[in-house]
Amino acid sequence: MKNRQKWQGIAITLGGSLLALVFAFALCGVFLELIGHNPFSVYKQMLNYDISRDSFLDATRRAVPLMLSATAVAIGFKMGLFNIGVEGQTRLAVLLTAAIGAQVNLPAVLHVIFCMVLAMVVGATWAGVAGLLKVKRGVNEVISTIMLNYIAIGLASWMFDTYFVIGADTLNVKTKELPRTAWFPELVKNKLTGFIVIALIVIVLFWVVVWKSKFGFHLRASGANPGAARVAGVNPGRMIMTAMLLSGAIAGLVGMPGLLGTDHAYRRGLAEGYGFDGIAVALLGRNHPIGIVLSALLFGFLDHSSGILQVNSIPRSIVDIIKGVTVLAVVIVNEALKRWHNRRIQQASAAMISAIEVEAALA
Amino acid sequence: MRKSKRFTLLATVAALGVLAAACGSSTKSSSTNAGATTTAAAASSNVTAGLAFDTGGRGDGTFNDSAGRGLDQAVSQLGVKKIELDAVKDEDRKSNLLLLVQQKANPIIGVGFLFGDPMLPIAKANPNTTFAIIDSVVDAPNVRSLVFAENEGSFLVGAAAALKSKTGHIGFIGGQEVDLIKKFEAGYIAGAKAVNPSIKIESKYLGPAGDNSAWGNVAGAKEIAKGWYDAGADVIYTAAGGSGAGTIQAAVEAGKWAIGVDSDQYLLAKPDEQKHILTSMLKHVDVAVFQTFKAVADGDTKGGIITFDLKTDGVGYATSGGYLDDVKAKLEAYKADIISGKIVVPTKP
Repeated sequence: MKNRQKWQGIAITLGGSLLALVFAFALCGVFLELIGHNPFSVYKQMLNYDISRDSFLDATRRAVPLMLSATAVAIGFKMGLFNIGVEGQTRLAVLLTAAIGAQVNLPAVLHVIFCMVLAMVVGATWAGVAGLLKVKRGVNEVISTIMLNYIAIGLASWMFDTYFVIGADTLNVKTKELPRTAWFPELVKNKLTGFIVIALIVIVLFWVVVWKSKFGFHLRASGANPGAARVAGVNPGRMIMTAMLLSGAIAGLVGMPGLLGTDHAYRRGLAEGYGFDGIAVALLGRNHPIGIVLSALLFGFLDHSSGILQVNSIPRSIVDIIKGVTVLAVVIVNEALKRWHNRRIQQASAAMISAIEVEAALA
Repeated sequence: MRKSKRFTLLATVAALGVLAAACGSSTKSSSTNAGATTTAAAASSNVTAGLAFDTGGRGDGTFNDSAGRGLDQAVSQLGVKKIELDAVKDEDRKSNLLLLVQQKANPIIGVGFLFGDPMLPIAKANPNTTFAIIDSVVDAPNVRSLVFAENEGSFLVGAAAALKSKTGHIGFIGGQEVDLIKKFEAGYIAGAKAVNPSIKIESKYLGPAGDNSAWGNVAGAKEIAKGWYDAGADVIYTAAGGSGAGTIQAAVEAGKWAIGVDSDQYLLAKPDEQKHILTSMLKHVDVAVFQTFKAVADGDTKGGIITFDLKTDGVGYATSGGYLDDVKAKLEAYKADIISGKIVVPTKP
């Protein structure tokens, strides 16, 4: 009985997401039709273009940082915390790692590990500020992380301009290049960074920690019902701090595929925007590891498709509209399905209770 | 239930954010794509011209628009097919270059220095395609690095400033303090001193290297310009992208001259501002783009650094408004001397 309910739950979640996706594509189809493009031929072009090794690699390349940022967001969500601050945590981490990593001399593997740990510490520290504010002063983390984003972005910009820029010979200003020992190897030359392995490891760890450990149980319990968790002896302040620190640490890694994998120096524009896209990916993936991987890939494929749309004179904004509508639709469909599911359970249990009552009356 | 409501609300906000981003770019992309035809014009050519815009794309009023004009000209005059791609995200530059390669575009032009890093490995992997980059140098045998002799154009507007100045006191406002913008300053100073060796020249930058706000600091440029106008300067040249609007505002208020940059800013200005725009230093990105397409269509596919200077009409000065009519003969004489090599314009102040 319990197992059947679990599978039903999974089927409903999956079905809901698929339904939302179909709905988003249908709605955008109507939009395409209105502006004079045949939606079927547009989607066919996208599909034809997307089914190739190069497209898969490009979409995956785009998905790697999204997987990390979505996981960072999801850890917060699981505990009922909204870490909107991934963007700022990422920015500070990538800049400071670029600046400090370039000043350090270490053997190959150690240097990469040093950079990753440094990025995680910076990200966690910045997220920890929001955590501390919430635990000690009751400041809503949505507000504090948004504000901390502004501070982080301004701070990073100022530090970059003032201390870390080298050379004034071109407009393409960067921090000092990282020594080769800090470069993360590529999986497919010039197409896909090996950092995807790290991203997948992080996601597996996320699954193990949140779904399979005692800490994860406490985390989810606090998220689902803070009052009950407290009564059961879970320290809410501690849970908030831990969740924020973990979330921030992963946010710190978001910029690493770009920094250690491809660019090897910080420049403006590097690793920007993932923090916000990560929120959408986490929502679409329902904060579940598999969901996050699939949604990140979907976003990667959609972004990748924007090029072929332009080649065929179709506005590239279609891609953003599909993304936006999908996220919105997922939430609506899931909410509707959840209510329907809850009502069925309620009805079933009501029937059971009345059956028991009848039995009791008869006895 | 309360939690799920909060969740729904947040999701709605997130989705709206994505949608808003879509709407923000939709007007621009629709106008871009309206022109993105892959059909050839009257004259036939088997060249497919690929142009990868930087973020901003067509409609930015200066750089990308100028490149777009060069592309349009190549389509109408050479009959090349065209594919133009906009970049929105950081990763798009690389994918767009790869897509242009896949679509067999040749040559492929990246508009702006940010294409430098992604272009190098792609150019090396596709040695039979000619690439080009504007405002940067990419060291590969099949990449044309299209750079401009901004110092030469700046020399002429510097000479114009000195010729028109009544007080013998002029100014220069730069964007970021990088070598590229110092080239503008060096040419301007040299041109002014060629006319009047004892002229007083003020000089200031809006920000250090890497400070992108220096390209849009209208208030900052206005404040500096106002100070100099008050102190007796009567012509100020601004090489700082969008910040130049501040100098023009100050010139209008002080009743003095401003000099524009890159495009002919007289043509973009309001009527009351036009009376105060003496000239503009023209940087013909459109010429560079057109000539690259023409060269490849004519079979010249090799790379190298190509400097667009006064000789090739890659830089120049604007005469809109007719304010330079009385000194035009002198400016043309300087121009001829630079082209012939009699005057060598410095690149560093």
